[in-house]
Amino acid sequence: MDAIFLQILNGLDKGSAYALIALGLTLIFGTLGVVNFAHGALFMIGAFCAVTLQRILTLSTEIIDETKTDFLGNPLKVKTPYVETWFGPEVGQSIIDWSVPLALIIAVPVMLFVGVAMERGLVKHFYKRPHADQILVTFGLAIVLQEIIKYYFGANPIQTPAPEALVGSFDFGVLLGMDPNVVIYPIWRLVYFIFAIVIICAVFGFLQFTTFGMVVRAGMADRETVGLLGIDIDKRFTAMFGIAAIVAGLAGVMYGPILAPNYHMGMDFLVLSFVVVVVGGMGSLPGAVAAGFLLGILQSFASMNQIKAFVPGIDQIIIYLIAIVVLLTRPRGLLGRKGVMEE
Amino acid sequence: MSNSKLTRRGLLKTGAGAGLALSAPTLFTGASWAASHTGFTNAPTGSTVTIGFNVPQTGPYAEEGLDELRAQELAVEHLNGEGDGGMLDTFSEKNLDGTGILGKKVEFVTGDTATKSDVARASARSMIEKDGVTMINGGSSSGVAIAVQGLCQEAGIIFMAGLTHSNDTTGKDRKANGFRHFFNGYMSGAALGPILEKELGKDRRAYHLTADYTWGWTQEESMIGSTEAIGWETANKVLTPVGAGDFSSYITPVLQSGADVLVLNHYGGDMVNSLTQAVQFGLRDAQANGKDFQIVVPLYSELMAAGAGANIKGILGSMNWNWQLPDEGTAAFTKSFGEKYGRPPSGSAHTCYVQTLLYADAVTRAGSFAPCAVAEALEGFEFDGMGNGPTLYRAEDHQCFKDVLVVRGAENPTTEYDTLEIVEVTPVEQVTYAPDHAMFGGAEASLGSCNNGA
Repeated sequence: MDAIFLQILNGLDKGSAYALIALGLTLIFGTLGVVNFAHGALFMIGAFCAVTLQRILTLSTEIIDETKTDFLGNPLKVKTPYVETWFGPEVGQSIIDWSVPLALIIAVPVMLFVGVAMERGLVKHFYKRPHADQILVTFGLAIVLQEIIKYYFGANPIQTPAPEALVGSFDFGVLLGMDPNVVIYPIWRLVYFIFAIVIICAVFGFLQFTTFGMVVRAGMADRETVGLLGIDIDKRFTAMFGIAAIVAGLAGVMYGPILAPNYHMGMDFLVLSFVVVVVGGMGSLPGAVAAGFLLGILQSFASMNQIKAFVPGIDQIIIYLIAIVVLLTRPRGLLGRKGVMEE
Repeated sequence: MSNSKLTRRGLLKTGAGAGLALSAPTLFTGASWAASHTGFTNAPTGSTVTIGFNVPQTGPYAEEGLDELRAQELAVEHLNGEGDGGMLDTFSEKNLDGTGILGKKVEFVTGDTATKSDVARASARSMIEKDGVTMINGGSSSGVAIAVQGLCQEAGIIFMAGLTHSNDTTGKDRKANGFRHFFNGYMSGAALGPILEKELGKDRRAYHLTADYTWGWTQEESMIGSTEAIGWETANKVLTPVGAGDFSSYITPVLQSGADVLVLNHYGGDMVNSLTQAVQFGLRDAQANGKDFQIVVPLYSELMAAGAGANIKGILGSMNWNWQLPDEGTAAFTKSFGEKYGRPPSGSAHTCYVQTLLYADAVTRAGSFAPCAVAEALEGFEFDGMGNGPTLYRAEDHQCFKDVLVVRGAENPTTEYDTLEIVEVTPVEQVTYAPDHAMFGGAEASLGSCNNGA
């Protein structure tokens, strides 16, 4: 029972990341009809917003300490971050400590800019081209983006730890009347799950309850008619590309403490997220979210020793097996709309 | 009178013959190749000799590959009489005088393995066929090392593996043309066993998370062998996919298994992620079986330690070499590398540097670049002054035997480079095993015959 509960928890945070990326993918596909293989790179760029802010906040002055030596036997250069010099050691250290949540603030404009630049600069030229062309060009763009990140930040993972106050784990077992240390779960993963729910609700709320969102939904349903009403739907769809980029970027920022950012992390999530979109149903936002959590949880269960003992290697193929089963029984995915990618 | 009339049938025959000749591999075939290469593949004919550095320049181990390249470039400088000479002054053999190898200036070409066996083989093949290299050095992955070693054996080229820690490289997959300076999984287990017994006691239950490929399998087998020998039980062993990213679903069952030690048979990004997540799940602060829960990382590297950050504090592991060793050779190399690149060398950089010098020395002693002559010079070769004390390249399996380091994540590092501290230098006798040891392919394992190629 406790093992099952733990794997559900594990699946929820993994599913949160899948759901957020798949949500953005579906937003772009649903509005612009573009299959964006560079979406994983946006998740990765978000994570590197946190790395960049951390680097900025730890920019330091160097003082020579004659009492210590470096690896070559020269006097040691001791670094003191500017923020500690300006605000005092305690406040300065706290600012550095909270660099991941603070990075959310800079990630919003950065990701909006990256998203709009990507759409205006490249993707818009492929709206009327076949999906295969879109996949090729966005996949190429993803490789370019990750190589740029690797050039500046290297290939090694870079730690972006959670704030000290949110480090540690929460004992769910005690809460449920079990023995201590049976069901423990990192606090940051809970924060991530709550964060994902907030973002998902915000996106749905924005589409459901704002005029802008209403126009976008109308455009998704019948682009031509909305255009005939004198509404510049293209501009709104470009904005939706920016919003999708922000969602992916914020998901990446917050995922840094769970998975140390590296230039390849977007590609690792991209393929799985596409499977999530297909299982959820192309163009269906609720489908993307539901499939994200569902596949995250199933993947966690498949990693259980008891299940792996029964079917070796199942943890590596479970998502694809589910996709096959869903597509055989429900070709449009769990919540897919009729007519999407069927022409 | 010659009949030069071209018939349709003749044209077809000629065309087919030409096509066959062009489509045949340019390597290891044809008498003309042998004739122009005096009995062995890529015999150098001019005033220079070219060696190949095949390292990951893209992919997850690109940083490791970059450090290997730095070291190899430095070795070439030293062989050609440039720079401060590095380990040439401390090396016990004095055959290398800074005039290249056998009077030929050393040049090098580089290839990108991308840490993929097929890419690495293609890169090595290109260096052999197009660049005419006499030796290939480097790499970061046992799967890649075994693949490239096989190619070099077929081609008649000396291969000196880089960072490869699987028992198989000089075990069941050993080859007569291949050599390994790096230590292996068995040696890690043999070095760590007594330290684990001393620090954690005899009554422990270990849970293994293992990367699902050749290195992980042999590392796990070695660690289980050494820990069960000191009385530990093995609670469970679980294979994890390479590059899994999120290991949470593999980590959460650990505490419920009754284990009180987690052995992470992971390397590179997988180790960084699994260790970080194990710490996040509270394993380091947990109690199990009335004892403090412990984590062990059998194979460390400086670059992994940097990636894992504060999570490695106090965690035991092993290394082939570390720049903090106090011997003269290590000091000379660290100074030379540090002054050129502004950072101390990593363990894999040391391996690649040393192997380049050892190859040059073996050619000099053999008086020939012929692979079989070089291999003979390296077999059973004993030397000192390259770090790790007296060292042997064993003839039976081409594995290097020397002291091994047990290290621990430093509690209070003063810089970003001293994140690991040396706990013990394990003497070579403790990590030595029989060439026909069961973990290394048993009695059936064989080097085969040396191949001069051409």
